[in-house]
Amino acid sequence: MSPLLAALPSLLGTNDPLYNGGVDWVVFLIVLIKVLMVFGALMVSVMLMIWFERKVISDMQSRIGPNRAGPFGIMQTLADGLKLFFKEDLLPERADRIVFKLAPYLTIIPAFLAFAIVPIGGEVTIAHHTFELQLADPPMGILFLLAMSSIGVYGVMLAGWSSGSKYPLLGSVRASAQMISYEAALGMTVVMVVLITGSLTTRDIVNGQALHLWQWNAIRLGIIPFVIFFIAIVAETNRPPFDLVEADSELVGGFVTEYSSIRFALFFLSEFMNTITMSAITVTLFFGGPDGPTLHIPHTQWLWPILWFLGKTIVFLFVFVWLRAALPRLRYDQLMDLGWKRLIPLSLGWLLIVAGFVIDGWWGLAMTATVVVASVLITRSFLVGSQRGETRAILPQVGLRLWNRPDVPTASSPAGSVSSPTEGDDA
Amino acid sequence: MAVVMHGVLLAATAATAATGHASLVDWGTFVVAAAIVLSGAIGVVVARNPVHSALMLVMTLFGIAVLFVLQRDDFLAAVQVIVYAGAIVVLFLFVIMFLGVDREENIAAEPLRGQRPLAVALVALGVTGLLLLGEVSKWTIGALSVAGSTDSSTSNVAQLGTSVYTTYLFPFEVTSALLVIAVVGAVALARRPPAVVTAPDLDLDDGLVDESAPATDDAHQEVTP
Repeated sequence: MSPLLAALPSLLGTNDPLYNGGVDWVVFLIVLIKVLMVFGALMVSVMLMIWFERKVISDMQSRIGPNRAGPFGIMQTLADGLKLFFKEDLLPERADRIVFKLAPYLTIIPAFLAFAIVPIGGEVTIAHHTFELQLADPPMGILFLLAMSSIGVYGVMLAGWSSGSKYPLLGSVRASAQMISYEAALGMTVVMVVLITGSLTTRDIVNGQALHLWQWNAIRLGIIPFVIFFIAIVAETNRPPFDLVEADSELVGGFVTEYSSIRFALFFLSEFMNTITMSAITVTLFFGGPDGPTLHIPHTQWLWPILWFLGKTIVFLFVFVWLRAALPRLRYDQLMDLGWKRLIPLSLGWLLIVAGFVIDGWWGLAMTATVVVASVLITRSFLVGSQRGETRAILPQVGLRLWNRPDVPTASSPAGSVSSPTEGDDA
Repeated sequence: MAVVMHGVLLAATAATAATGHASLVDWGTFVVAAAIVLSGAIGVVVARNPVHSALMLVMTLFGIAVLFVLQRDDFLAAVQVIVYAGAIVVLFLFVIMFLGVDREENIAAEPLRGQRPLAVALVALGVTGLLLLGEVSKWTIGALSVAGSTDSSTSNVAQLGTSVYTTYLFPFEVTSALLVIAVVGAVALARRPPAVVTAPDLDLDDGLVDESAPATDDAHQEVTP
């Protein structure tokens, strides 16, 4: 056995039965095929997703949408992609050349990698090897998703900065603030899932939700964490209504303004790939992943989990599109308010309650009471604080009178002259 | 050069000793990761553009994450990427972009005289000391597996969690208190009291400066000369 193969299990998953019988070339081949299949499936699904989005939005807006290339315009994305390949590749004069060229790849690579941890189906047996339908099941599990989504920020930020012009820069500054803000709420909800599962790996998370609808984390945790998570991932993927990063009506095209040709295409490829990955992760974390009832037709047992997984993912993809069609873009301050003042406190409080209930019912009730009391107190302190802000704004009048003395020369009133005597008398 | 090679070998030995099995893959990964870490670190200092420096820093942090994976510490590796590469350097970049200090700098100009030779000397001294200590005792490597063995019977995260919340609870709590204090302090320092509301019957433009409101910069300049 070569040393390279020996290192495979610890990186790609210690639970996967594929590695139980040691690692040989067949196993390596299976892993390789899995990689290629996931890559291909992602590319094709991005193509279909763009078509799906355009079609659904046209329906919602009473338009026809793409209908020229192929049946129902399904090849439209392919045509667009080919066209973009042959477009002129522009490089702005004031751009930072290296970073400008690097940025699209920094976006696309994390988008690809994040999908690796998604369990697509159950276990299958091919050529006497049983393995999980999942590219990798690393021990760090879901943390890998957080790592990849935080790396994804760089592509957007650097694209905007390196363009050397103002609208992209504004877009990238917004991107960094937005993604960091919503990552906190995102992480907090993931922590709740991990708490209730007791494991970080996505396979364990999925297995923990198996067999019963009430076992799905969305229901077990109370709907709130799922809602927070979903809002956070919409913000993380820069999808409407959180698309302030590219905000066409304010920033021309945001961070992609200066990009053209295949680099432009790469950004959109990664945006849609992120959408797909995040939908899949939502299904994994909150809706049981490939879990669902199966029909007992011989030789199709491996197929049902995959179909369930795909079906659930498509539901969330539709929700993404629906949000885009239905909601107007948030203002920047609304975005920050929602993230910092609502989602993060809510997720923190909910995390405490979940942690309490994981120990036992009494702890859970105690935590609930604590969180309620604490939130009332904090709300009150905010109210008092904002009132004090108002009184303080009046205070300067007092200060004015103290300062307004004839013996204090100021710049705009000539020294020695008594300015506005009535006020001075009052003091 | 020999010192560097020695350091690499020493750390490689440490890595393999910690993981328990010395294989060629471990060694090769270590060399590649170490090269990434070092070249990134040098890049941070040498790059003329602050944004490039920040990117080099990200590269270094990634290399360190790889080293953590090599030591079978997946959790720490993930946290390294999430927290340092994903949040802290992003904040650096945010500040660099916001303040507009992302101009190329002439690094040949030296603001502090004698700074560079001194830096080289101190680093050489530090590295020599580190290597000596590593040779003499296990100080630089640390005791192997303080929290528990790294065999795969219990998961990494569970071991870390147990030791942080039992054995090392006090330092952990103190550290978190420290962080909270730092955050509160930063907010208190950065916060400006609400802007002065001009009452309709008062004319602030007649050169009146009030002390209770924090001096805005131009108002301040009017008084101090």
